[in-house]
Amino acid sequence: MTNPIKYNKKVMEHFSNPHNMGELENPDGVGEVGNPVCGDMMKISIKVEDGIITDIKFLTFGCVAAIATSSVTTTLVKGKTLDEAEKITRKAVADALEGLPPIKMHCSNLASDALYKAIVDYKKKHGIPLSEEEIGREKKIDEEDIHE
Amino acid sequence: MAEDKFIYFDNIATTMTDPEVIEAMLPYLNEKFGNPSSFYEFGSQINDDIKIAREQVAALLNADPDEIYFTSGSTESNNWAIKGFALANQSKGKHLIISSVEHYSVSHSAEFLKQLGFEISQIPVDEFGIIKIEEFKKLLRADTILVSVNFANGEVGSLQPINEITDILKERKIVFHTDAVQSVGYIPIDVKKLNIDMLGFSGHRFYGPKGTGALYVKKGIRILPLINGGVQESGKRAGTENVPGIIGLGKAAELAQKQMPSYIPKLTELRNKLTDGILEKIERVKLNGHPEKRLPNFVNISYEFLEGESILMMLIMKGIMAASGSACQSKALKVSPVLTAMGVPADLAQGSILFSLGKHNTMEEVEYTIKELPTIIERLRMMSPLYHKFKKNQ
Repeated sequence: MTNPIKYNKKVMEHFSNPHNMGELENPDGVGEVGNPVCGDMMKISIKVEDGIITDIKFLTFGCVAAIATSSVTTTLVKGKTLDEAEKITRKAVADALEGLPPIKMHCSNLASDALYKAIVDYKKKHGIPLSEEEIGREKKIDEEDIHE
Repeated sequence: MAEDKFIYFDNIATTMTDPEVIEAMLPYLNEKFGNPSSFYEFGSQINDDIKIAREQVAALLNADPDEIYFTSGSTESNNWAIKGFALANQSKGKHLIISSVEHYSVSHSAEFLKQLGFEISQIPVDEFGIIKIEEFKKLLRADTILVSVNFANGEVGSLQPINEITDILKERKIVFHTDAVQSVGYIPIDVKKLNIDMLGFSGHRFYGPKGTGALYVKKGIRILPLINGGVQESGKRAGTENVPGIIGLGKAAELAQKQMPSYIPKLTELRNKLTDGILEKIERVKLNGHPEKRLPNFVNISYEFLEGESILMMLIMKGIMAASGSACQSKALKVSPVLTAMGVPADLAQGSILFSLGKHNTMEEVEYTIKELPTIIERLRMMSPLYHKFKKNQ
């Protein structure tokens, strides 16, 4: 039933005291990925002023790694421009946590995807045109969601 | 709760070896190191001690001593019973029936036989994880040679209707095997009264040593050995005996028989207290398994809107060890197949936590857990998008 998974200190810190947990009131953009069947679900809401993410909050249904990656992602993003935030990769998330157990790497994917969708949501709501690359990545995220 | 102490509620993983068991084993790790197969008395006299251990195990199950074969544990016992029986009796038929809530040592053994041309049917279970008897009857065929159903469901502890199964099989002369790894030492088992033909179990689940177990095989039933070599275990299971382990298993069986009348009521009381406490104090929870017809030490509960691993981790931070059926807790990243077979929706199976109690647990530990758990659940729910959705829609 159980499987020994070792988390490092950094992951445990974020799990025990998650940063920016909750939901923003009147957010400028919201991104949601995953579903309870596959075991992880994340919702990220952002506030944007002059192209800068001024506030961010997350809600997560999932394991220790899912909660820690959500938390660390929010800390990476606060104060960044949308363009900078968009470029945050799963690797950057995992690195910020000083590594994740290999079996849990997909969790870091989920966090960066939720953030990406929140940014795309903001752009759509504010009439900012999406590049072809952006449309492609959004489509890919949604497809993966269904398959998982 | 003192910081150096922890509460062990994962007795289905393994149990604390009883100090009396360790004491009984020690001479066989020290001065009594002889090989029972040796010609000289220093070795051969150990056969007398193994004989006593065999009698102790037999007594626990009401079997005859020569119906007990020592193994390395229930995984080996189950593999042996299923493969060994099927291979020895394939001229009579090549159809086997197992339940849909078996441990992998049973279901994967059956899968293995499929590759050798056997056919396997699975008995569906109800919402409690108990096999559907009527569906089971429909699966029986003229070429069915073996039926294997666990004594109790391994994840929720629901007791299977063993008597009803063996009554049906008796008329048809089909052999019955049961994986009793969760049950031996927690509920009295009488293989004669219940008409059980083969039964496998492990020592370490009831305060015996790891790497020990036995397979009971009723006299007259033929199984092929899986481990070939010397003539140990009447030529059925080769290899120099794990003497300290066998002695320890015998002691554990003796202790279980002696202590069960006192610790079963105690476990039942702790189980009920923990179950009722959680159901009372936390909203949106569901008890998995049959409310009454279950082992005295199983408390498997699902917490809506949550995933099990994060609950387990928060419990660990409070010094409580338990288990979960969530996908994140399995190597395959798949939710527990047992809970799935019971029709537990995936999101509820994700949030299942199993507390399995043992004879060393106390009421104080149960009360501490009832006190700490609601805070843990509340904290994680505040993080859960599913809970927020539920609250908004209320």
